[in-house]
Amino acid sequence: MKKVEAYIRHEAFEPIRMELLSLGFPSLSISEVKGSGRQKGITERYRGAELTNYLRPKVKLECVVADRDVQTIVDTVLKHARTGAVGDGKVFVLPVEESYRVRTGEAGEEVLQAHPDPAAATT
Amino acid sequence: MRRTSIARGLVLGTVAALLVPAAAMADTFDSSSLPDSVGINSLWVVVAACLVMFMQAGFAFLEIGFSRGKNAGTVVAKILTNFSIAAVMYWAVGFAFAFGGSLGHVIGDTGFFLRDFGDPQKAFPIMGLSDATIEAKWWFQFVFCAVSLAIVWGTTLERIKFGVYILYSIIFAALIFPIASGWVYGGGWLQVNVGMQDFAGSTAVHLIGATGALAAVLLLGARKGKYGPDGKPRAIPGHNMPLFGLGVLILWLGWFGFNPGSTLNALDGRFTEVLLVTQMAAAAGVLGAIATNYWKTKTIDIGMAGNGAIAALVAITAPSGYVEPWAAVIIGAVAGVIVVFGVYAIDKVLDDPVGALSAHGLAGIWGTLACGIFTDPKLAAYNAVGKGGLVYNGSFEQLGRQALGVVTVFAFVFAVSYATFWVIKRTYGLRVTEEEEDAGLDISEHGMYGYPEQFIPTPELVGYGAAPTAPVPSPVASNPVSTQEVTA
Repeated sequence: MKKVEAYIRHEAFEPIRMELLSLGFPSLSISEVKGSGRQKGITERYRGAELTNYLRPKVKLECVVADRDVQTIVDTVLKHARTGAVGDGKVFVLPVEESYRVRTGEAGEEVLQAHPDPAAATT
Repeated sequence: MRRTSIARGLVLGTVAALLVPAAAMADTFDSSSLPDSVGINSLWVVVAACLVMFMQAGFAFLEIGFSRGKNAGTVVAKILTNFSIAAVMYWAVGFAFAFGGSLGHVIGDTGFFLRDFGDPQKAFPIMGLSDATIEAKWWFQFVFCAVSLAIVWGTTLERIKFGVYILYSIIFAALIFPIASGWVYGGGWLQVNVGMQDFAGSTAVHLIGATGALAAVLLLGARKGKYGPDGKPRAIPGHNMPLFGLGVLILWLGWFGFNPGSTLNALDGRFTEVLLVTQMAAAAGVLGAIATNYWKTKTIDIGMAGNGAIAALVAITAPSGYVEPWAAVIIGAVAGVIVVFGVYAIDKVLDDPVGALSAHGLAGIWGTLACGIFTDPKLAAYNAVGKGGLVYNGSFEQLGRQALGVVTVFAFVFAVSYATFWVIKRTYGLRVTEEEEDAGLDISEHGMYGYPEQFIPTPELVGYGAAPTAPVPSPVASNPVSTQEVTA
């Protein structure tokens, strides 16, 4: 089991989400984060005075999948998150030791399995 | 060097020109022989106009509430800039074009800069019905111009370049609004020769604004992401419904200057009747919109309740001086129904973030036509414009005049506005870039967020820390002065 953790632009999320849904991966979490990288800060002006901002807003996308599915997720993120400009973000893959489904108490990889019918899974 | 001296000469020449009207104004001020009625009527007109000016705050809050938080500050800058540009243009030429012609005029020709017009009753003949001073009348008519201009931008929120506001507002306040509104209620040909009834401006203010808004949105296009890949419209919720509600209530309040003030006269008591008619229509509009939307979606929609109020107020604007209260309830309720269906239908093809095309355009057309149905012959005679409506005399004559007026004003305003926006699009551009639209107009056009604390991370804001860890001393504590050290 692996967790794919991707820091991406806000506008990249929707196409990634749509493709993951169609591939059968509806389960993911996102959070709004601020961070800095090679992307430059921006300067705000407030009645003449200046304030420079180095932390830029990004979306953090987290998705835990079976080992065999990791490359699919990473490829999908890379495909849609890349504009070619500085600030596109980063993707990390982390090992996961165990997982449980809260509703049933099941454990193991089957709780992460790809859902073959995304339409049925979302309704 | 040569260019700077020409520029300096131009500036000095303008300043010199501005000194002359100050002298001209002194002639018109003669306090010793002022009848009481002039003072009373002027006071009412100025109070009413100040209520209408307050509608700028209403438009600001309504638009801010219906925008996303990243586009909130730009509305403030827009309202202030437009209100100021319109004031200069309307003082210089607008008022003269609208009111400074003989009865039945196409474009006025006296009273530029409000100077050298001689006897105001003769120079602005349609204004002769009221003896309020010409400055009071100018102020009243100017704030109407500013309202109409504010309506134009409802369809353009969250994606238009700021410079477009400046360029179009010059043309609008100098030419488009004065000429078209002059035809309808400035003693122009639609009012005098055709007999079109529009008491306070369903067509002359609201339809003109909404027509400009239509021309703008046709050339500007929808906000990014408004229409999904399947072409279906998606909701882009505004960020603050309470601010929207405040905006609606301020506009509603302003309407009690808008309609009752259009009597330009306090002494005949007509303004209180107009006030009652206005209120009954607005109430019926809210109820009509809520009921219609509940029937469609089984929810009480916050935005539609407000749109219903605005649509009914727009619709009653033209008939407010011509109809009885019972007719106002019908006109308002129908407007509330129209605005709901209008918003649903228009949303499928045009991105109108505040529903201006429905609330000001469709309701403005309905209100103007409603005169042809519900005008009381006694009130038509009292105002000396047109005849009674369909329900009183079974004649379609007045309805036909109203329809002619709507079509004429729409065609003129749409043609000139579309041409203006087309030229702006080809030269300066209408839209911000996609990146600027994503980032929001506040930061990309003005260099600062409307809500800095929501967009700038706390560690980068000056003077912010965590809550103190020490417990807050209770008011009943015996020792009110804490001796504990407080750490950030």
